[in-house]
Amino acid sequence: MINFQYARAVSVSEAVRLMAGTPGAKFIAGGTNLVDLMKMDVERPTALIDVSRLPLDTVEETPGGGLHIGALVRNSDLAYHPLVERRYPVLSSALLAGASQQLRNMASIGGNLLQRTRCAYFYDVATPCNKREAGSGCSALGGLNRMNAILGTSDNCIAVHPSDMCVALAALEAKVHVTGTRGERVIAFADFHRLPEAEPQRDNNLAADELVTGIELPQRGFETHYSYLKIRDRSSYAFALVSVAVCLELGGGRIREARLALGGVAHKPWRDAGAEAALSGQSANEATFMRAAALVLSKAKGFGHNTFKIDLARRAVVRALSQAAGGTPQSQSNKKIA
Amino acid sequence: MISSDDSDPPAPASGGSAGSVSLAVMVNGTRYPLTLDPRCTLLDVLREQLDLTGTKKGCDHGQCGACTILVDGRRVLACLTLAVMKDGANITTIEGLAKDGVLHPLQQAFIEHDAFQCGYCTPGQICSAVGLIAEGRAQTADEIRESMSGNICRCGAYPNIVAAIQQAMGLP
Repeated sequence: MINFQYARAVSVSEAVRLMAGTPGAKFIAGGTNLVDLMKMDVERPTALIDVSRLPLDTVEETPGGGLHIGALVRNSDLAYHPLVERRYPVLSSALLAGASQQLRNMASIGGNLLQRTRCAYFYDVATPCNKREAGSGCSALGGLNRMNAILGTSDNCIAVHPSDMCVALAALEAKVHVTGTRGERVIAFADFHRLPEAEPQRDNNLAADELVTGIELPQRGFETHYSYLKIRDRSSYAFALVSVAVCLELGGGRIREARLALGGVAHKPWRDAGAEAALSGQSANEATFMRAAALVLSKAKGFGHNTFKIDLARRAVVRALSQAAGGTPQSQSNKKIA
Repeated sequence: MISSDDSDPPAPASGGSAGSVSLAVMVNGTRYPLTLDPRCTLLDVLREQLDLTGTKKGCDHGQCGACTILVDGRRVLACLTLAVMKDGANITTIEGLAKDGVLHPLQQAFIEHDAFQCGYCTPGQICSAVGLIAEGRAQTADEIRESMSGNICRCGAYPNIVAAIQQAMGLP
């Protein structure tokens, strides 16, 4: 780990001002990903601006009937928050599917959005990686890419975004509140993270001096018909090979609205408007689910070690839709997939 | 260029270093004033500076749980915690669980259930289980297993670890 300056910010404005005036600085909150990346020499910040004591640690109801979640709320606290458990259970479930309780006790909501890919080549500074060093090449394309992306890839990068929480937030159509030196703005969740395209070094659309201050959930939480299904190599404490967040609104035996987001398959939580439209107005049965799943994976591309994920994702979409429609969401403690 | 808040002024940079930071932490009821290089993890400070070697370094990357301690009552990983960020924190390690020579009920239960072989993961397992019980969420064996999944036991003592935790929780 290279040496760095350390400063603890006491206000959002001070944090943003320090960041703008300190080239090479990074914000730190929970540190669960950043400290590890610093140990691996992947991240080499000149300074850390500690935002962990800023007053951004509350969950509050919004006038519009939604929730505003401070960026420093811990992952475990949000998973177990009574309003989240009752009104946004897909979010609670996704949070509990991620990491371990120790890490959830440390990790902040804002930091969860900003965690970096776990692509093995991103972590290995001895190998080329366009995300770590722009223009150096992608080692995963022809390498060990079992954990890598099958959708939205580019010739420059096939990394996946590792978050579970963000998959649920994508399905719920959350908004991200940020503050920079030029003021505050609100970013739709779909516009927050990026696909790799020609600039895989950019994970998201934050400006360099912007701090995530909170997440806003809209009123609709899909508390009856939802599921978060995560498929992984171990039944706990492992990153997703494929995960699926489903939120359905049913009426009269038909699907009135469907939200479908996939994790572990792309550089950002993956939504497919065409597949969701194909579910809308249809009977909630396996044939419908299979048609939607086929649409989601129709443009998928495997790279050898990860090609199995295409079939796995197709089946996981069908299973998660069945769980959501049946009102029998995947349990995050009893790992039997029903 | 950069400054800390008034209550915690960092020492000026010198000798090509980015400087050191003064802070104090409470560990197992004892207050320790410290002056640290900001790179120090809480795990290294506990082991190398405070001589509290009960907390173990396993992977040092947040993947094994051997370094699990309690910070302000919550189980966290000492290896991914920068010590300078924990000024004023109340920390409990495995050394702080026994009281007046009497083992903590979880320590006693681990012995009674033979919940370890080599013992290297045990301080982390026990601190993690203290946190689990304080959280009050896990009730069934399935839930205990899931909630303890961040603590790896290379010897595979998992069934006995779950049994020990169930005993300490007063579950049948």
